[in-house]
Amino acid sequence: MRKIKAFILSYLILILLWLALTGWKGDELIIGSLSAVILAWVFSARLIIMAEFRLSPKSLWFSFVYIFVFLRELVMSAVDVARRVISPALPINPGIVKVRTRLKSKLGRIVLANSITLTPGTMTVESKGEYLYIHWIDIKGEDIETATKNIVNTFERYLEVIYG
Amino acid sequence: MILIAAIICLSGSVFLFLGALGVVRMPDVYNRMQAGTKATTLGSMLTLLGIGLAHLEWLPKLMLLVLFILFTNPVSTHAMARAAHFAGIKLTEITKQDNLAEDSIEEDENA
Repeated sequence: MRKIKAFILSYLILILLWLALTGWKGDELIIGSLSAVILAWVFSARLIIMAEFRLSPKSLWFSFVYIFVFLRELVMSAVDVARRVISPALPINPGIVKVRTRLKSKLGRIVLANSITLTPGTMTVESKGEYLYIHWIDIKGEDIETATKNIVNTFERYLEVIYG
Repeated sequence: MILIAAIICLSGSVFLFLGALGVVRMPDVYNRMQAGTKATTLGSMLTLLGIGLAHLEWLPKLMLLVLFILFTNPVSTHAMARAAHFAGIKLTEITKQDNLAEDSIEEDENA
């Protein structure tokens, strides 16, 4: 069952990608959907983590909102780094902190780690089980709880609903 | 329209420049990577968006490129940072703490 779900989701992603690249033309669409079926079928065992995406209306809505949350964080992040680079004193206070995530699914953790890498001053270095080790350019809390609150919680609220 | 596109492109290149400047100014590998990922992700996204607005027929494909950058950039950054840490590259002297090194040492002692 999970495999079928993973297959269908990968197929949808592949076919959307094909459509975006070639447009809606008869012959190409046939070739595209054929190759998408083959690829999704061959890799569905590996793409089993795709099945962790929940297909409920709430989850889809949260995914949509998440895009904007993420884009806002991305812009803030770039501005923040740019500001640190320009200022003559180079105001950094770096270190590697440990945070804990409540997310259970692998896909959710992947998305979380990637989002953390693209947000202000943080970069995922390693993940072990439920812990993520994060290089923080400006440490504001040294213990796990404070760091988790500062770094993870913005995203976790959404990802928990989307991936669990 | 072309003016807006040019302004967006320009701001993108400003971010790219700042990213490069950051790579020069930051004290160690990890901080350099921070500058190198973040500023350049937004920089290349804005540059591509600007080009897309100037040539509207390219916009869908350029948005795909943006998506690819968005997915691959953090993964490669993470892979490099992880490899650097495991290769034992030192953090800069003003570093406050390194939980990962502490935990790795503990694991080695337990093993």
